Amino acid sequence: MIQARGLVQTFHTGRGKAKTEVRAVDGVDLDVEEGEVVAFLGPNGAGKTTTLRMLVTLLKPTAGTATVAGYDVVNQAAQVRRSIGYVSQTGGAFSGAFAGDEVVDHGMLYGMSKADAVRRGQQLFDELQLEGLWKRMCKNMSGGQKRRLDIVMGLIHDPSLVFLDEPTTGLDPQARANLWEHIADLRRRRGATVFLTTHYLDEADALADRIVIIDRGRIVASDTADNLKTQVNGDLVDLEVAPDQVSLAAEKLGAIAEQVEVSGSHVSGRVRRAGRAVPALLRDLDAAGVTLESVEVKRPTLDDVFLTLTGRSLRDAEAGPGTAEDDVPAADADHSAGLEGATR
Amino acid sequence: MNSFLRDSSIVFRRQIRMNLRNPAWVLIGVFQPILYLLLFGPLLKPLVSQFPGGADNAYTFLVPGLLVQLGLFGAFFAGFSLIGEWREGVIEAERVTPASRGSLLFGRLMRDVLQLFVQALILVLLGLLIGMRGSFGGIVLGIAITLVIGGACAAASNALGMATKSEDVMAPVINIVMMPVLLLSGILLPMTLGPGWLTRISDFMPTRWITDAIRDVFAGDIANGTVLAGSLASVVFLALAAWWGTSTFQKDDA
Repeated sequence: MIQARGLVQTFHTGRGKAKTEVRAVDGVDLDVEEGEVVAFLGPNGAGKTTTLRMLVTLLKPTAGTATVAGYDVVNQAAQVRRSIGYVSQTGGAFSGAFAGDEVVDHGMLYGMSKADAVRRGQQLFDELQLEGLWKRMCKNMSGGQKRRLDIVMGLIHDPSLVFLDEPTTGLDPQARANLWEHIADLRRRRGATVFLTTHYLDEADALADRIVIIDRGRIVASDTADNLKTQVNGDLVDLEVAPDQVSLAAEKLGAIAEQVEVSGSHVSGRVRRAGRAVPALLRDLDAAGVTLESVEVKRPTLDDVFLTLTGRSLRDAEAGPGTAEDDVPAADADHSAGLEGATR
Repeated sequence: MNSFLRDSSIVFRRQIRMNLRNPAWVLIGVFQPILYLLLFGPLLKPLVSQFPGGADNAYTFLVPGLLVQLGLFGAFFAGFSLIGEWREGVIEAERVTPASRGSLLFGRLMRDVLQLFVQALILVLLGLLIGMRGSFGGIVLGIAITLVIGGACAAASNALGMATKSEDVMAPVINIVMMPVLLLSGILLPMTLGPGWLTRISDFMPTRWITDAIRDVFAGDIANGTVLAGSLASVVFLALAAWWGTSTFQKDDA
């Protein structure tokens, strides 16, 4: 459905002698198969939105090529637009217009007749739990309703490929969980291919078959969440034992773990496939006479993955100054609400 | 072309629907010229006989000037509503549809011209009511010229809004451009009243030719060089602004 090779986008910032070239996207290769749900994950300013804007024909690539739904994004832009649905960060419904009107007009711009657009729009309103809001002024909708309306607009022409840019940014937890259900439905119910950008780790984890991680304009990884997590050197195994047994426990854990750390009565280390290794470890400890107070196995988080891949945690990357899109107007400008996902 | 017109009319209808929901804006736009007409017009009455060129009716003199003011200044605010829509993602959502980008501009321009037409009618009818005289054909032609120059300004304003995407940039630009243009176009008083140097400068203002042309046609004097110059100027402005607007709307990442 999507095939991109060597996509590059450069922006110029500053004036005169201080003018510098910023490579917001720096040679991105992407492949998305039909029916896949792919999350494009990265800190703010990593180049997610810029890449997306190239794929949906809003921005011409500085270099490289991309084929979306079988059409070239530069030479066959009109065909690409007809085949895809795009839900931007800001959405596309005007606050001072009625929800239903915006949906119908949008459908008509795709060449639908008014009757078709109305029928399809109302059906989507039902599916996305917006019943009764057809004649609601957009500014009087809640954040979650507004996002679902944006998705209705993106689906009005029944595209087989849907792009969602930061779909849940700024929503409260309940509305996010609800929206996730609807996003999952895109494939479940209509077999759509979904490509979504996010900087929430839990979102990528919950929704996507595959996660593509971008940092500083380059793809640094592309795999399932589980496979990405196994790239981290194993799961974290944390044992709590009596103080006088700490060194014995550390010795036993050290037999199967890397970088064993001792902190008070806690002994921890990273163990590959801990689910399989831990039962044997427990028998071992028991045989050695170690009394366990508690044991905890933590799967690596995507934050751990990001740290392993880039040497920085997602949070640091977000806080870091001078990221590419900081200098780019309108690209990744308005999501300041983004840290909580990274801390989970 | 067929789909261009269809897309334009979808955009146009959407804009009109929103305008009708808030019709106050049409009146607010024409409020200032009406004030001039009612509160400044009477001051012209005793003066108008002294104006060079033999105008004899203060309102037949003033209404054409106010039409130009409406066309130039009123239409220039079109870009502000475009920025508002852009900020809410409307423009971007429209740009990912297969609709041609020119139609996104053209549909909005039709709204601007229709709005200007309604305002011009209000102004002219009010003028007639309080004593303006003019030939019917001349008034029709005068309004037509107003719509052409107004369409040009609306296109330029939409282009400027699209290019700057900031009210903070738009407002001063419009003020800096518009104030001298209005002052040198003889909107309220004939430029020929002033000293030679001022008249000379205004001779180079195409917008003054347009004002003079509308004045002439209102007075029933249709076939003369001034009218030709003014009409040509407004058409050239429209062509330039349409070209600017279209290229801005078609530009990548606008």
